[in-house]
Amino acid sequence: MVGRVVVGAHYGLKDWLVQRISAVVMAVYTLIFVAILLGSAPFTYALWKALFANGWMRFATLVFAVSVLVHAWVGVRDILMDYAKPAGLRFALEVLAIVVLVGYAGWALQIFWRP
Amino acid sequence: MPDLAAKKKRPLWYNLSPLNLPLPGLVSILHRVSGALLFLGLVWFLFLLDMSLSSEAGFAHFRAYVAHPVVKLAMLVFVWAYLHHFCAGLRYLFLDIDKGADLATTRKTSYAVLAASLVLTAFLAVKLW
Repeated sequence: MVGRVVVGAHYGLKDWLVQRISAVVMAVYTLIFVAILLGSAPFTYALWKALFANGWMRFATLVFAVSVLVHAWVGVRDILMDYAKPAGLRFALEVLAIVVLVGYAGWALQIFWRP
Repeated sequence: MPDLAAKKKRPLWYNLSPLNLPLPGLVSILHRVSGALLFLGLVWFLFLLDMSLSSEAGFAHFRAYVAHPVVKLAMLVFVWAYLHHFCAGLRYLFLDIDKGADLATTRKTSYAVLAASLVLTAFLAVKLW
């Protein structure tokens, strides 16, 4: 680590932790979501709409969506670091991934917070 | 006196592919593959969610869309990817806190992860059809 100038100590630890915290959030959300769906029998539009209109569910879904995007970013970055070796290519793909994920965030907000 | 000419001809690169990938290794690479698949599928999931929550008509359209056999098949692939990523991810969280990190247990839990995600996918396949 002595010769490393560009990055500081603990570089990567934050991402590692974020990956795990977001994983736990998504796991808990998934279990609750499946339990709710299994508990409410006929799958209708009214039920589906009401599920995401619920205040708690909105809160949980927003946290879930943020977790998905952050988790996806760390995962994609890990994959790119392993396989996209030329720095220029990797940088371009990383920027593309960020742009796409930020776009998805906007799309998700629009879906869940539609009047 | 060793034969230096023969020694020089020794391969510099060893083909490791005949070696078996251990079970935890298989879970690991599938964790990566499923993760990549889920990332690529995000756009489709958002598209489906958007359609299903847009309106009553959109919901009906969504129901008809996901009834198509090809769409069902694609959904099953993603269902497997999610389940495998979920189960393998839980296993990694436990490994992080040094639970089940000995060789015998990691093999057992690897097998459990592979089996659980496939069985659950099969169960959902039956429910979907």
